[in-house]
Amino acid sequence: MAWTDICAFEDLVENSGICALLNGQQVAVFLLELQGEPQIYAIGNYDPLGEANVLSRGMVGSIGEQIVVASPLYKQHFDLTTGQCLEQPEVVIPVYGVKLQQGRVWLNAELQNQQASAA
Amino acid sequence: MQQTKQILVIGNGMVGHHFVEQLRAKDPSAHITVLCGEAQLAYDRVHLSGYFSGTSAEQLALTTEEAYQAANIQYRLNCWVEQINREQQLVVTSQGGQFYYDELVLATGSYAFVPPIAGNDQPHCLVYRTLQDLDAIAQSAAVSKVGVVIGGGLLGLEAANALKQLGLQTHVVEFAPQLMAVQLDQGGGQMLSQKITELGVQVHTGKATQAIVAGTECRYQLQFADGESLETDLVLFSAGIRPYDQLARSCGLVVGDRGGIVVNDQCQTSDPHIYAIGECALWQQKIFGLVAPGYQMARVVVSQLTGGEQKFSGADMSTKLKLLGVEVGSIGDAHARTPGALSYVFTDPRAQVYKKMVVSSDGKRLLGAVLVGDTSNYDSLLQYALNDMLLPKQPEQLILPAASGAPLAALTLPNSATICSCHNVAKGDIVAAMDSGCCDLASIKSCTKASTGCGGCTALLKSVVDDELKSRGVEVKNHLCEHFAYSRQELLHLVQVGGIKTFSELLSRHGQGLGCDICKPTVGSILASSWNDYVLKKPHVGLQDTNDTFLANMQKDGSYSVVPRIAGGEITAEKLLVIGQVALDFNLYTKITGGQRIDLFGARLEQLPAIWQRLVDAGFETGHAYGKSLRTVKSCVGSTWCRYGVQDSVGQAIAIENRYKGLRAPHKIKMAVSGCTRECAEAQSKDIGIIATENGWNLYVCGNGGMRPRHADLFATDLDTETLIRYIDRILMLYIRTADRLQRTSVWMEKLDGGLDYLRKVIIDDELGIGAELENQMAALVNTYACEWKATLDDPQALKRFRQFVNSPDADENIVFVEERAQIRPATAEEKRQWQQQIPVTEITVKALAEEN
Repeated sequence: MAWTDICAFEDLVENSGICALLNGQQVAVFLLELQGEPQIYAIGNYDPLGEANVLSRGMVGSIGEQIVVASPLYKQHFDLTTGQCLEQPEVVIPVYGVKLQQGRVWLNAELQNQQASAA
Repeated sequence: MQQTKQILVIGNGMVGHHFVEQLRAKDPSAHITVLCGEAQLAYDRVHLSGYFSGTSAEQLALTTEEAYQAANIQYRLNCWVEQINREQQLVVTSQGGQFYYDELVLATGSYAFVPPIAGNDQPHCLVYRTLQDLDAIAQSAAVSKVGVVIGGGLLGLEAANALKQLGLQTHVVEFAPQLMAVQLDQGGGQMLSQKITELGVQVHTGKATQAIVAGTECRYQLQFADGESLETDLVLFSAGIRPYDQLARSCGLVVGDRGGIVVNDQCQTSDPHIYAIGECALWQQKIFGLVAPGYQMARVVVSQLTGGEQKFSGADMSTKLKLLGVEVGSIGDAHARTPGALSYVFTDPRAQVYKKMVVSSDGKRLLGAVLVGDTSNYDSLLQYALNDMLLPKQPEQLILPAASGAPLAALTLPNSATICSCHNVAKGDIVAAMDSGCCDLASIKSCTKASTGCGGCTALLKSVVDDELKSRGVEVKNHLCEHFAYSRQELLHLVQVGGIKTFSELLSRHGQGLGCDICKPTVGSILASSWNDYVLKKPHVGLQDTNDTFLANMQKDGSYSVVPRIAGGEITAEKLLVIGQVALDFNLYTKITGGQRIDLFGARLEQLPAIWQRLVDAGFETGHAYGKSLRTVKSCVGSTWCRYGVQDSVGQAIAIENRYKGLRAPHKIKMAVSGCTRECAEAQSKDIGIIATENGWNLYVCGNGGMRPRHADLFATDLDTETLIRYIDRILMLYIRTADRLQRTSVWMEKLDGGLDYLRKVIIDDELGIGAELENQMAALVNTYACEWKATLDDPQALKRFRQFVNSPDADENIVFVEERAQIRPATAEEKRQWQQQIPVTEITVKALAEEN
């Protein structure tokens, strides 16, 4: 498990996303607050339906129990923990490992979800 | 169809128009020519009596000449056909015009039957059929006190309503022993007579009129066969209709013994190239005098002409309407003529309600019904009859008042059940529309056309939609989304009353979950409209759609477009040069917009601050092209330059644009100012439109272009500038306060209870006493305006967001441009693939970055 230091925690934007470059892959990193605790998610930045690198600029929120981001292009929702598209369940995007250590945000290029085909 | 055929339609009544509309929808290239005998194109004959209660000819119109022109439909008005030459497939008009056809459609309709009564051809003896007839009736009524309608059928009672609305003492004379003998049984007819008499219309049944002679107190006297008489000034014949079949007769088509052009199941006449539809057609010895079967015939012919196989198989003649304010309904076998049929009758003499239900001998199927005074059961009963549904064990419950028998749940209807018979929309069509994303009544109506004909099925449609939504787990309320059980208006109220300044505060106090891409921007807009905080201030960042977050418009490849404000479309040469130089330096694609400004495309996220620094330095402000806010105030050049202009429209447009720039609203707002009545700025298609007059300004409101055009309503005339601004302040603030999310002013107006009159009362007469409050709120917003780009450039924290990667200076390699017509455009997927094979992507990126620096 190779972890890469991406940025400072302060570089994240609460209830929103930023984009990081991880071994040539674009990764969208979101910071949410769940029950008062900060929670960080990392998924592929590429929207396979809109065919553009835009997911980090989508709006985050919840649909039922699922934590999701809505693509800014055509508004499909992607589950931040599974990478699955809610509107088209056959579409699954990469989910990356993420951790917070001593104020720094680390990403792991190893995919957390099996179904996703690397972009 | 291999070759484009010439399709000629004679007649442009409701059915003829429906045919044209349907054919155009199915076959965009068909050559369609319409010969219309009246002075205007099709109008709504079903609601004709509304003409006397304020409905204008324009409102009755089903289409406009512009619409026909836009749909490439040739038409002639006042055009009467003299002769059909079947051999040459040629039609000759009374003016001598000749029209060849490949297929001819007769939609000639019918004319009012005038009974052969002596004296029936005198002045003030009229018929009730066309708009011209109505004008004649109005003229006659102006010099009359008493009016008689001869004929107590459905149309006769409509005509009586018209006379009553014109202020005449009204009588109805009917030959049969009861009113509406076709649709109602005796009991129903009696109840109807009683109610109508109480409404001031005198009913005379069982009267055969023999002559119309000079009167003593009134202009005329009707003499009846039983020796009695009735004095009147005006006689209106409405004793039934006769098909217009003269043309068909004279060219040798087969017609019925009692009139009507004989058609087969394909609605073809005895000449296979000639079709007949609507009230002129005779199918299986029957004429169908209602609009819905006529529409069905129209669709059958469209199907035949476009390779389909639809057939006409008769039509249900059930009907529900309001006559003189009395609800009347008739379904199927109202007279219980089916052998063995059983009748249930319920009468409430106090409320004057009569209901009869006719069921099969085994009590399992509904055959017919009569409803007078209360038609609330009509929809349920009709569905039982049409769908041959099994009746409940105690069927009488269906007509008994407030019994435990619940009304038929729309959910139990089969998908094949017809909901809207005018447009032939089945429940399945509505469900399909909902599957494809329509989830409110308005969008379902516009998508399926259901309930846009006679409107009789409105209530049923609503219950189908509501039930279907419920069954899908959608709560049928105006709730914004799953996170807030409130409408936009309610949320705005909560925010303003509670002094709530952030989304998280609102969510924790009034919502649940984390929010979503529906409620966040809505609340963001409400907060902006209420407090006018800088939208990128930390608590608001996550609330903005990407366009609002980055203050630019995202394009399909993830790049952005940039639109500086050019108020009123006025710009100096220096500023034009700045825009041109910025576009050159950043290699942007430029295009002039419809709102009289310039859009710069192809900016990458990380370029936006540098681009805006240049623009702001040159004195530009953000154009809010990304926001649900005021876009532009378009103007014509006005009195300063134009020979015809009567006011300075450019100056006014600039002042207004600067006043309302940055105003956050439920949806975008567009305005325009024209310097004279020639209206070169197209103000009447805007949310707020202003047209100069000799004496000031005319204010138009709630217009729209785009997908669903709406002509703006004239709100007030000859205003001075101060009053004009006061009214606009109030209207916009009221709109912001009360509109739904993403509701343009046009739809807001259409849904506003009381419509334009109500709006005038609130804004001009200040009936609610909120005028000053609305003005103060607007003043607060106007006074706190700040250019968001200027604020962003001054805020290092906000600027941090304008980079593609948090950990690298690289650019997004997926944004690739190629050249077209000497400017850039996004590369297609195919072009990107080819490029990637030729040049390593990193090289492009490096090159692009080098150019930038």
